[in-house]
Amino acid sequence: MSESSMLKRFEDKIQREIKIEPRDWMPDEYRKTLVRQISQHAHSEIVGMLPEGNWVTRAPSMRRKVALIAKVQDEAGHGLYLYSAAETLGTSRKEMIDDLHSGKAKYSSIFNYPTLSWADIGAIGWLVDGAAIINQVMLCRTSYGPYARAMVRICKEESFHQRQGYEIMLTLARGSEEQKAMAQDALNRWWWPSLMMFGPPDHESKHSAQSMAWKIKRKSNDELRQSFVDATVPQAKLIDLVIPDPDLKWNEDRGHYDFGEIDWEEFWNVVKGNGPCNKQRLEARNKAHDEGKWVREAAAAFAEKQATRRKDVQQKIAS
Amino acid sequence: MSNEKDWPLWEIFIRSRAGLNHKHVGSLHAADAEMAIENARDVYTRRNEGISIWVVESKYIKASNPADEESLFEPASDKIYRHPTFYDLPDELKHM
Repeated sequence: MSESSMLKRFEDKIQREIKIEPRDWMPDEYRKTLVRQISQHAHSEIVGMLPEGNWVTRAPSMRRKVALIAKVQDEAGHGLYLYSAAETLGTSRKEMIDDLHSGKAKYSSIFNYPTLSWADIGAIGWLVDGAAIINQVMLCRTSYGPYARAMVRICKEESFHQRQGYEIMLTLARGSEEQKAMAQDALNRWWWPSLMMFGPPDHESKHSAQSMAWKIKRKSNDELRQSFVDATVPQAKLIDLVIPDPDLKWNEDRGHYDFGEIDWEEFWNVVKGNGPCNKQRLEARNKAHDEGKWVREAAAAFAEKQATRRKDVQQKIAS
Repeated sequence: MSNEKDWPLWEIFIRSRAGLNHKHVGSLHAADAEMAIENARDVYTRRNEGISIWVVESKYIKASNPADEESLFEPASDKIYRHPTFYDLPDELKHM
């Protein structure tokens, strides 16, 4: 079959909502876009464990601690599902990990902000996971089968993440004056970076149009951001916290909340590696990987030895 | 950057409860089969999703070629007489 007829077949499948599977023919650019997007997504899950891991030993109660450990463990699992989905496209785990550790690959910039107080764990669950869920619910319908399946699994597991975060915020917001101030301070610091998680505005997003045409993405950055704002404002009101945006107000005509200008200069600055924690995150990842090297080597050596022994036994039985 | 090789890739199949088939759920890397089962338990059954795990090293799976889809599966599509609804029977006949 010629390339043009394969392309036609591919586009026809996309049109008819038939998922693309690993061994199906696909345009190089589709493959490349997916590898980039899925591996970035995987890296975000893995690096995302760091800001939260920071509070595991200092969680205020056993209940909070087991929930946080379970959440961080989920993120590791989510990273694995996504790396596996990316590997079906022909890249290797090693290539992806090397690109993350060398700084070549990107991950979500939100994880380059520090977790300064316990309230930040609440804010991350509520806002960061809330924003991620809006994006991921859309991706459950993405056109590439393995990515969509990973997303379905992740969305199912992740529904508790946002609830545990909101519960932390709610508890603090109804606590002492100091606790309420902690919650408000965390909201103040995490609100704008959370809005940035959806990426640059539609008119500046260079991959968006093609990704929408291929149904990798099903909604634009600005649409997703708007859904997040609309969903989150009433949640903040319910626990009596104030979203740090003087321009935020309900727009009757649009049926949505209007909100203020996002500081895109800050966004690009963090993407380029100059956020508060970029360096620290990469150092932590590299350190963990380097210090685990002997374990990986030992496991590989053990597996090889066991395999050799099995072979010897089989040969003896045969002879 | 290291010269380390990835551990082999394994495909994971989970039986969610007694009486059901094992179903493919995803894949993971592990040094050997035992480790693949341990890792599968940690990542794919954290919320009571399974009671039994099969692992198969990915390289041993032979798959049909997507390009053969028509020649393999089209022949079944016009054989409606393979389905019970093809047969005209009187309404009075119950339970068949």
